[in-house]
Amino acid sequence: MYKIVKREEMAHKTIILNEIEAPQIAKKAKPGQFVMLIADETGERIPLTMAEVDKEKGTITIIYMIIGKSTRLFSTLKVGEGYKDIVGPLGQPTHIEKKGTVVCVGGGTGTAVLHPITRGMYEAGNRVISIVGARNTDYIIMRDQMAAASDELRICTDDGSEGRHGFVTDELREVLENNEVAEVVAIGPVPMMKFVSLLTKEYNVPTTVSLNPIMIDGTGMCGGCRVTIGGKTKFACVDGPEFDGHQVDYDGLMRRLQAYRVEEEHSDNCMFEREA
Amino acid sequence: MTYEVDAKYLTKKERRAIPRQAMPEQAANIRNKDFSEVTLGFGLLEAQYEAARCIQCKDPACVAGCPVGINIPGFLEQIVEGDLHGAIKTVWDKTALPAVCGRVCPQEIQCEEVCVVGKKKGRESVGIGNLEMFIADWARDTGVSNEVEIPPKTGKKIAVVGSGPAGITVAGDLAIKGHEVTIYEAFHRAGGVLLYGIPEFRLAKDIVDYEIEQLKSLGVNIVCNTVVGRTVDVDELIDEMGYDAVFIGVGAGLPNFLNIPGEDLNGVFSANEYLTRANLMKAFDFPKYDTPIIPGKNVAILGAGNVAMDAARTAVRLGARSVSIVYRRTKEQSPSRHIEIHHAEQEGVQFKFLTSPLEFIGDANGKLVGINCEKMELGEPDEGGRSRPIPTGEHEYIDCDLAIIAIGTSANPLLTRTTENLELNQWGNIEADTKTGKTTKKGVWAGGDITLGQATVILAMGMGRDAANSIDAYLKGEEW
Ligand SMILES: Cc1cc2nc3c(=O)[nH]c(=O)nc-3n(C[C@H](O)[C@H](O)[C@H](O)COP(=O)(O)OP(=O)(O)OC[C@H]3O[C@@H](n4cnc5c(N)ncnc54)[C@H](O)[C@@H]3O)c2cc1C
Ligand SMILES: Cc1cc2nc3c(=O)[nH]c(=O)nc-3n(C[C@H](O)[C@H](O)[C@H](O)COP(=O)(O)OP(=O)(O)OC[C@H]3O[C@@H](n4cnc5c(N)ncnc54)[C@H](O)[C@@H]3O)c2cc1C
Ligand code: SF4
Ligand code: SF4
Ligand code: FES
Repeated sequence: MYKIVKREEMAHKTIILNEIEAPQIAKKAKPGQFVMLIADETGERIPLTMAEVDKEKGTITIIYMIIGKSTRLFSTLKVGEGYKDIVGPLGQPTHIEKKGTVVCVGGGTGTAVLHPITRGMYEAGNRVISIVGARNTDYIIMRDQMAAASDELRICTDDGSEGRHGFVTDELREVLENNEVAEVVAIGPVPMMKFVSLLTKEYNVPTTVSLNPIMIDGTGMCGGCRVTIGGKTKFACVDGPEFDGHQVDYDGLMRRLQAYRVEEEHSDNCMFEREA
Repeated sequence: MTYEVDAKYLTKKERRAIPRQAMPEQAANIRNKDFSEVTLGFGLLEAQYEAARCIQCKDPACVAGCPVGINIPGFLEQIVEGDLHGAIKTVWDKTALPAVCGRVCPQEIQCEEVCVVGKKKGRESVGIGNLEMFIADWARDTGVSNEVEIPPKTGKKIAVVGSGPAGITVAGDLAIKGHEVTIYEAFHRAGGVLLYGIPEFRLAKDIVDYEIEQLKSLGVNIVCNTVVGRTVDVDELIDEMGYDAVFIGVGAGLPNFLNIPGEDLNGVFSANEYLTRANLMKAFDFPKYDTPIIPGKNVAILGAGNVAMDAARTAVRLGARSVSIVYRRTKEQSPSRHIEIHHAEQEGVQFKFLTSPLEFIGDANGKLVGINCEKMELGEPDEGGRSRPIPTGEHEYIDCDLAIIAIGTSANPLLTRTTENLELNQWGNIEADTKTGKTTKKGVWAGGDITLGQATVILAMGMGRDAANSIDAYLKGEEW
C-alpha cells in the first residue's frame, strides 16, 4: 500500500490534495511526469500528474478534481490509508531550459500540473509570467506556490471576483502584445488549451500543452491514449503527455474523452446508490 | 468409449484400437455467454485411455517437436500406470507451467504434429497437450507441488524484468539453483500476456495466480508497479542495486495499427486495449470493477491470428449481436490455431476472408459506424510460396460500432530506449544469442517475445530456461 501522509481539500472540496509515500517514484520524478493509481482491488488505473515531489521525504503529491467514480473514491481515502497501486514516473519530462520570457497558463486543476513546470522554468533562470484562471476566486488553487514560482502572477475569473473579469486568453493576448515571449506553456481543460494555441499561433510563439486522454496502462501497450499530432498518431503516455500545442487535433481529443461517458455515469450512479 | 478394463492391462493391439479421446467442453450456446473455461479437462480414466494410445517410440519424434523437450512417452506411461506423482514430476522436469502449456501450446504444429500415431492413415495423434493439462490440473487440485531441494544460498542476485512466461521460467530456474531472484513487473499483477492477453475462458486466471504463488514459494521476490526504464534503469539495477545479472523478458507489447483513415474514432480499439480492459481490469464485471468497456452490438475484428480469435470470442461473451473476423487473406493462410477458429465458429463468430479494410467511417460525434473494405483475390505465390492477396477494386461496407485491430504487436521501446549498449535488430527487438540469451550488454540476458517478436508461450519458456542456465554458469565463474 502507498500511504497518504497529508490530505487537503481545496476549492469547496471539489479538488483534493494527497501527499503519498512513494520513495522509489519520488527519487526519479521530473516535472511534467505522471503516475497511474489504483485505489483498491476493483479499482481502475487513473493517471494523475505529480504536482510536487519531495525527494528527501520520499513523497509525491497529487492534486485532482473530483470528476467521476474513481476520483470520488480517491477522495474518500484518509490520512493513514492509501492506494493499492501506484506506478511511475511515466511520460516524458518537460523540456526545461533558459529561453527568456516564459508564460505559464493554467486553468482549473491544470494549475496543479502546471506548477512544477512553472517552478522548473523559474529556477532555470527564465522570466516567468503566470496566468491562472478559474470560475471564481474560491476556485483558484496553489495561488501562493504559483506566485513564488513566477516573476508575475495574473489571475482571471469568469465572474470578476478576482483579477481580470474574463478568460485567460484575454490576459494572454495582452501579455503577448507587450512582451517578447519565448514560450507559452498551457495546461487546463481541452478547450482552453485549444484557444490558447490558436492565439499563440497568431503571434508565432512556440506553445506546449499537456494532454489528458483516457489511459489504461500508461506504458505504451494499449494505444488507448493515442492522439493526433501534426497528422501523426502518438501515444500520449510515452511520447507525451506534453506536445506542441500548434500541432494537436483538439477536437479529436475531445471526442475520444467522451468515449465512455455513458458507462462512466452508470458506474458513478451505482456508487451513489451504494452510498445512499 | 467405455472403460471396462484398466488401461494398463490392455494389450498392444487393444491400445492401438482406442480412438482419440475428445476433450470435454462446455456447450457452445452456454459458454458463449460467460467467461468460464471452455475445456473441462479429462477424468482419470479418459486420461489413461488417451495416454495408452502412445506406442512408446524408442526415438520419440514428439519429444523433438516439443521446444522444451518434455519426456512425453515417459509421463504418458506413468499416467497409464496410475503413477500420477511420477508423471507430474517428469513434466516439471522440463516445464514450470504445464497447466498453461497444456492449454495454450500450439500442439498441432509441435509435439502432436510429429507424433507417429497420427501419421497412420485414419488415426489421430496422441492428445499430448490435453494430457499435460490433465496432469497439471490433478497436481493443483490435490495440492501436490514441485518440492525441490534448494541448495544453500549462493549470495548472487538476479533481477528479472517482466513476469511473462520467459521471466517466470528464468526466475524459477535460478531460485532452484540457490540464487536470490527478484522480478520487476510494470503492471500491478504478475503473469504477462497469460494474465492480460489470453482470456479467462481459455486460461483461467486462478491458474496463473497459482503458478505465481508457486514461484513465490521458491523464494522469488515479485515487485509489481515497477517500469524498468522509468522507475528504475537497467544500469541502476547493476551499478547501484547490486544485481549480478539482469534478464529482460518484457514481451512485445506495442500494438500495431493499420494506419488508415478514421483510426482515432471512438469504437476503434487495439486488441491489447480491448483484452486488457476485459481480462486484467475485469471490465466484463463492470460496474463491480471500475474499468469500463464498450459492449459492441456489431463487432468487426481485423486480423485472424490467435489474438483476433480471443478478441472475437470475448466480444461474443460481452453480448455482441454479431461478430465478424475480417482478414485480407484466406482461412488456410490464417495464422491462428485451427482449434481457435473452430471454437470461434461454434460460438457464432462469422468470417469474412479476402477482405481488406480501407477506412473507418464515423458519425458526427466521432463514433464508429462502419468500415469500408475492399475485396481481395489470391495472386501468384510469392518467394515464400504464399499467395499474396491482390485488390479487386470491388468494395464492401461492414456495419459495426466496434472494431478491434489485431494485426500483431512490436517491441515496446520504453526499456530499450533508456538502456545503453543494448543492440536491437531492425524491428526493435533485442539482439540476443539464440543459445544463451546473452545480449550485447555485459551481464544482461534477454528472451521471449522481446527477442523473437510475437511468438509463443513455450518458446518464451524455452529461451528462459537457456538463459537461466547461461546466467548460472556465468555466476559460477564462466566468462562472459
Ligand atoms: C497524463 C494525465 C495526467 C493527468 N493529471 C491530472 C491531475 O493532475 N489532476 C486531475 O484532476 N486530473 C488529471 N488527469 C485527468 C484524470 O485522470 C481524470 O480526471 C480521471 O481519470 C477521471 O476519472 P473518474 O473515474 O473520476 O471519472 P470518470 O467518470 O471515469 O470520467 C469522467 C471523464 O474523465 C475523463 N476520463 C475518464 N477516465 C480517464 C482516464 N483514465 N484518463 C484520463 N481521463 C479520463 C473522461 O473525459 C470522462 O468522460 C490527468 C490525465 C492524464 C492522462
Ligand atoms: C491475446 C493473446 C493470445 C495469445 N495466445 C497464445 C496461445 O494460445 N498460445 C501461445 O503459445 N502463445 C499465445 N500468445 C503469445 C504468448 O502469450 C507470448 O508469446 C508470450 O506470453 C511471451 O512471453 P514473454 O515472457 O516474452 O512476454 P509477456 O508475456 O509479454 O510478458 C512481458 C511482461 O513484461 C512486462 N513489462 C513490459 N515492459 C516492462 C518494463 N519496462 N518493466 C517491467 N516490466 C515490463 C509486461 O507488463 C508483461 O507482464 C498470445 C498472445 C496474446 C497477446
Ligand atoms: S510443452 Fe507444448 S509442445 Fe511441449 S509437450 Fe507440452 S504441449 Fe507439447
Ligand atoms: S511420437 Fe506419439 S506415439 Fe511416439 S512416443 Fe511420442 S506420443 Fe508416443
Ligand atoms: S495508456 Fe496505453 S498506450 Fe498509452
